[in-house]
Amino acid sequence: MDISKETLFDLHHRMVRIRIFEEEAGKLMESAKIPGALHLYVGEEAVAAGVMCNLSDQDQITSTHRGHGHLVAKGGDFKKMYAELYGRSTGYCGGKGGSMHISDMDLGMLGANGIVAGGPPIAMGAAFANKYKGNGNVAVAFFGDGASNEGAFHEAANMAATWKLPLVLCCENNGYGEFTPQANHQAIKDVADRAVGYGMPGVVCDGMDAVAVYEAAHEAVARARRGEGPTLLECKTYRFFDHVGIRGIGLSYRSDDEVMEWKKRDAIQAIEKRMIEVGVATAEELAAVHDRVKIEAAEAIAFGEASPWPDESTLLKDVYNND
Amino acid sequence: MTQAPTSEPRKLPYILAITEGLRQSLAADENVFLAGEDVAGAGSVFGYTRGLLAEFGAKRVIDTPISEEGIMGLGVGASACGLRPIIDLMFMDFIGECMDEVLNQMAKMRYMFGGKATLPVTVTTMSGAGMNLAAQHSQSLEAWLCHVPGLKVVMPSTPYDAKGLLISAVRDNNPVFVVFHKGLLGMPGEVPEEPYAIPLGKANIVRPGSNFTIIATSKMVHEATKAAAELAEDGIDVEVIDPRTVQPLDSETIINSVKKTHRALIVHEAVRFGGLGAEIAAQIQEEAFDFLDAPVGRVGAPFSPVPFTPALEKAYLPNADKIKAEVKRIVGRAG
Ligand SMILES: Cc1ncc(C[n+]2csc(CCOP(=O)(O)OP(=O)(O)O)c2C)c(N)n1
Ligand SMILES: [Mg+2]
Repeated sequence: MDISKETLFDLHHRMVRIRIFEEEAGKLMESAKIPGALHLYVGEEAVAAGVMCNLSDQDQITSTHRGHGHLVAKGGDFKKMYAELYGRSTGYCGGKGGSMHISDMDLGMLGANGIVAGGPPIAMGAAFANKYKGNGNVAVAFFGDGASNEGAFHEAANMAATWKLPLVLCCENNGYGEFTPQANHQAIKDVADRAVGYGMPGVVCDGMDAVAVYEAAHEAVARARRGEGPTLLECKTYRFFDHVGIRGIGLSYRSDDEVMEWKKRDAIQAIEKRMIEVGVATAEELAAVHDRVKIEAAEAIAFGEASPWPDESTLLKDVYNND
Repeated sequence: MTQAPTSEPRKLPYILAITEGLRQSLAADENVFLAGEDVAGAGSVFGYTRGLLAEFGAKRVIDTPISEEGIMGLGVGASACGLRPIIDLMFMDFIGECMDEVLNQMAKMRYMFGGKATLPVTVTTMSGAGMNLAAQHSQSLEAWLCHVPGLKVVMPSTPYDAKGLLISAVRDNNPVFVVFHKGLLGMPGEVPEEPYAIPLGKANIVRPGSNFTIIATSKMVHEATKAAAELAEDGIDVEVIDPRTVQPLDSETIINSVKKTHRALIVHEAVRFGGLGAEIAAQIQEEAFDFLDAPVGRVGAPFSPVPFTPALEKAYLPNADKIKAEVKRIVGRAG
């Protein structure tokens, strides 16, 4: 597959936006400016970027507790995102959702989710709606290696395959469910192996390589759009930070050496090296992308911090649609 | 002047009282094991199982996959076959993932089998809002459990209760849910070192009083006690009752108190509609109608999911001020 210059820049831009959004969000959490807990996506950027480059705003995704990266990659507005993390009225959910429920229905982002494997059944339902309407749209469910042990994932996979729904089940296998390594929570190495039990293709790709994810997702999305049914796409990746927060090393459940090995494969550094080597970008151009995104983030953080708190009168609003 | 060292009662935070209750339960009986997500290697996300893996080994302190229905089934099957599992359900909100095992299996097996099965399983879980963890990590769902015949439910409000109720739960020959509150984990209190059991189904009169009864659960016990102290200045002498066990409920202690005080308010953090307060209020009017000087009141959360933002979560949560206002409204109405 030939990757165009535009696609490379697109992948790069989405990844840089995720990285900077997350690093800044992490700092705000550590300094207690943002309430609650954040599960950050740093290290896994290639997965969200590589998949989302294949989707339109009409295609839907479901996300996880580690959801900021998915929304950013789908085109999320930093201002509304930071405002939501701050719990302000100008945030995506008016402050009611926060990090774990951040969403943008206009972008087809059906929510981060506080329930592990909450996403796959919902994405299956979205895919059903797409098929029902015949609109050609595809739904993608992101979920972790840990989530692949929940019954919810298995039921969604079976239904999607049986009904040939336009769904991609995208497993972000980062090797851990919280603090438990994969080998202690399942007897397989490739979550993609589970696909065979449901009668769908299972594909493994390098989740630290945005181009590899892009290509694998391209085929899975195309297959779904052609009406041939779901694919289980497993991306091998790694979170550079702890389960919650920004601490990366010195953790009891994984070795610093392991972290350092994975960091050598940093997806942003890798794509930049590649873009420079093949001559589609200069180091200066790529640095300028970082600079622009940093400004975007700084402005959005200032917006979030200056935004008003939601009014108490909104507490009971939107429990129901009263129209 | 020298004095013989007085033996100060030992204090522990709620979180370590849980650990001690688990440790002593594991030590007391080889058939007790502890299983849940990240309870072994990581010592639980809340930290209350820290050290137990090292002490009891991987056979008895077990990290499970993220599979709540499976974990709950583990508790049902293993308890039906002679073990005494302690199953940790990290957040109470996740009960949605495993409600069939709880509702249709664990609770009913003994009855359906004509008394031939015994299920001595304990489920520990964490309820409660107030930490900006949003709608899926903050709920108090005890009313769901109390509605199911076959289950017992305790809600420890202090470190002393956390350990004593947990030990009783593990010793009991029925499924017992031990519902902790994450907002209490750091709370210190007296906890005897030796194992002790607080009887299930017995309420605790936290503060005796003569002319008003507040029945409060879990963290709300402390809000009620605070309100009671302030109300005393207005001449309202509040008796605060902590049921400790909400299924089976110690109706007798509650009714006797209301017969004495003639007014009552029930306080819980769970949504008011269909909450335990409704059951307790109904029992009071059934059993003590002629003693009442005013309608029984209820303070609970409004009918909405728990909002993330601190601005709304504060408004959402019941607290001492809301309790005080409700007590005064009830007293004023009667006067
Ligand atoms: C139903 C449910 N069970 C448990 C949890 C607690 N929890 C939150 S994230 C997580 C680990 C998820 O692991 P994985 O699916 O691999 O995603 P990762 O965090 O690695 O991205 C757990 C156990 C939860 N939120 N929901
Ligand atoms: Mg994982």
